[in-house]
Amino acid sequence: MSQDTTVLASLNAGLRAALAADERVIILGEDVLDPYGGAFKVTHGLSAQFSDRVLTTPISEAGIVAVATGLALRGFRPVVEIMFGDFLFLAGDQIVNHAAKYRAMFNDQVRVPLVIRTPSGGRRGYGPTHSQSLEKHFLGVPGLWVVAPNSLGDPGELLRQAIFAVEDPVLFVENKIGYGEPLRAAIPGYDIVRLADGSAPFPTLWLQPQAPADGLLVCYGGMTSFALEAVMRLREREQLHVGLVVVSQLAPTPGSHFEAVLRDNVPAAVVTVEEAPAEGGWGAEIIATIEQIRDSRDLVPIRYRRVGANRTAIPSARSLEDGVLPQVDDILAAVLDCF
Amino acid sequence: MLAANSGIRLAVTDRGSSLADHYRLAAGIRAFEGMLLDQFALGRIGGTTHTCIGQEITAVAVTAALDRERDCVFSNHRGHGHFLAYCGEVFPLLAEIFGRPDGVCGGRGGSQHLHWRNFYSNGVQGGSVGNAVGVALAEKTKCSGAVTCAWLGDGTFGEGLVYEAMNIASLWRLPIVFTIEANGIAQTTPTEMQLAGSLAARCRAFDIPVEEVSGTDLAQTLAAATRAIDAARAELRPRALISHAIRLGPHSKGDDTRDPAFLQAAWSHDPLAALRREVGAAADAIDREITALMHDALARADGAVP
Repeated sequence: MSQDTTVLASLNAGLRAALAADERVIILGEDVLDPYGGAFKVTHGLSAQFSDRVLTTPISEAGIVAVATGLALRGFRPVVEIMFGDFLFLAGDQIVNHAAKYRAMFNDQVRVPLVIRTPSGGRRGYGPTHSQSLEKHFLGVPGLWVVAPNSLGDPGELLRQAIFAVEDPVLFVENKIGYGEPLRAAIPGYDIVRLADGSAPFPTLWLQPQAPADGLLVCYGGMTSFALEAVMRLREREQLHVGLVVVSQLAPTPGSHFEAVLRDNVPAAVVTVEEAPAEGGWGAEIIATIEQIRDSRDLVPIRYRRVGANRTAIPSARSLEDGVLPQVDDILAAVLDCF
Repeated sequence: MLAANSGIRLAVTDRGSSLADHYRLAAGIRAFEGMLLDQFALGRIGGTTHTCIGQEITAVAVTAALDRERDCVFSNHRGHGHFLAYCGEVFPLLAEIFGRPDGVCGGRGGSQHLHWRNFYSNGVQGGSVGNAVGVALAEKTKCSGAVTCAWLGDGTFGEGLVYEAMNIASLWRLPIVFTIEANGIAQTTPTEMQLAGSLAARCRAFDIPVEEVSGTDLAQTLAAATRAIDAARAELRPRALISHAIRLGPHSKGDDTRDPAFLQAAWSHDPLAALRREVGAAADAIDREITALMHDALARADGAVP
């Protein structure tokens, strides 16, 4: 665990360490230079120290990812910042039809070690086009990793892993309000099991209650603190012992991690929690994965629920936004609906 | 697995090559494309292909001006001519299009997605132009002295990424030559129905010096390509070269909707036929050589996978 106090500080330190460790690392993005240091300050202080490898760019999301893909093809390890996750589709063709495809379509003769970082999510009143969590649309793209840090893990180390430990493009989804969260190394009353292996190298953190779990919450990224709060309230108010699985590898789905989670204890209920609308989303893929394991091993039935945003554009007014995005109460209601 | 030493290849040319050698390569590209269309017509190749019949001279002349040891090429959907001009590897390309494991990309890329040493291609309009700018940035950062050649067509200018790429290339002073094949048509849509203003003006708007040539004239195109590539290398800034040459063949296969009278007139000015006349008596032997080479390539592609 890094010594940094917040997710933001950890990510910033991770980038700094990557730049210092390897001259092939180049950061590109809009407004990433000091003194501004990026719209959410993740690159703050980096251009002052590494002026020739932190490049501010025109407002050209497709162009930036295209250039970074070319850099990666020729031996560099570029890290692109897309200022808001909402703008990912501007670079969508580059991500899907170029960066993620070159290795396979050139018959494994090239590598594209490219990281695309982007702040996503709402709860800041930024409105319909600056608040979304669009990463579900990039799940299941062959050749593309989708990874999200959280405050229970080590965000800077996860970013280092995305830059150096894999040879294919990584969409690295950060959460805007998650930036300010303090890192939590331990949760009293819970054991934290870290799951990672060759097929799913980005770690899943599994919070196990110190009593047999009645149910399981599964979440990632910015919903982690909400899910954690729900776990606490369920224990205190309902005497329900609920485990929490915090995934960082959104795609490919870390099936082996769920094999491990189901090995000794089958929860009566599984509730997935994501900030985007759940329809066609990440939680559905997690539930399908768990159900396939359960069915193939002939385990007892599990009840499933999905928690996500309402299926509408995210309103600008904070009061309206709160009504659209998933809250702790929505998680509690979904869990209690299973019992 | 890769048939790098198939021996079934065209000799590539450079700045000092003879007219006969340039003709051999251009005629080889023409013969290759004709062979492909025949094989498609016979139903022996699946999928799709885009041939460059009529535009061979541009591919040969521009590539001859490159330094193959270090320069990089990013081609597009209509890339067989660019590929053969770069490396001459007839059999690995044919095998790729036949979907064989000894193809240049093991059959996974096919006609539009090729990679060989410093040559790359992608079939999405405009996308690879941005990748080429990234390659140019990589090579500049490495101080390799390499120039990147990005192939695009007049139809590609409908894609926004072209302008993002040109802006970044000029802003960051990258050694790249935007090589624009103006063949007058985007699939079935004439250029005058899809392009406002001029190609050259669009390049100049980004402070990219541009030269226009007739892609039917080998000497003129080679001279202009040499100037553009040398300048990009020496001055570390982009250049653009616009080569005008009518696409004489279909966009893909049998999908040419142009007026037959227009095509007949265009074929009567076939630039390859003109180059052949310049070569003179030696052309007969070269043509026989190419016929035999294509025959060998096809026989081998028909044969068992090693």
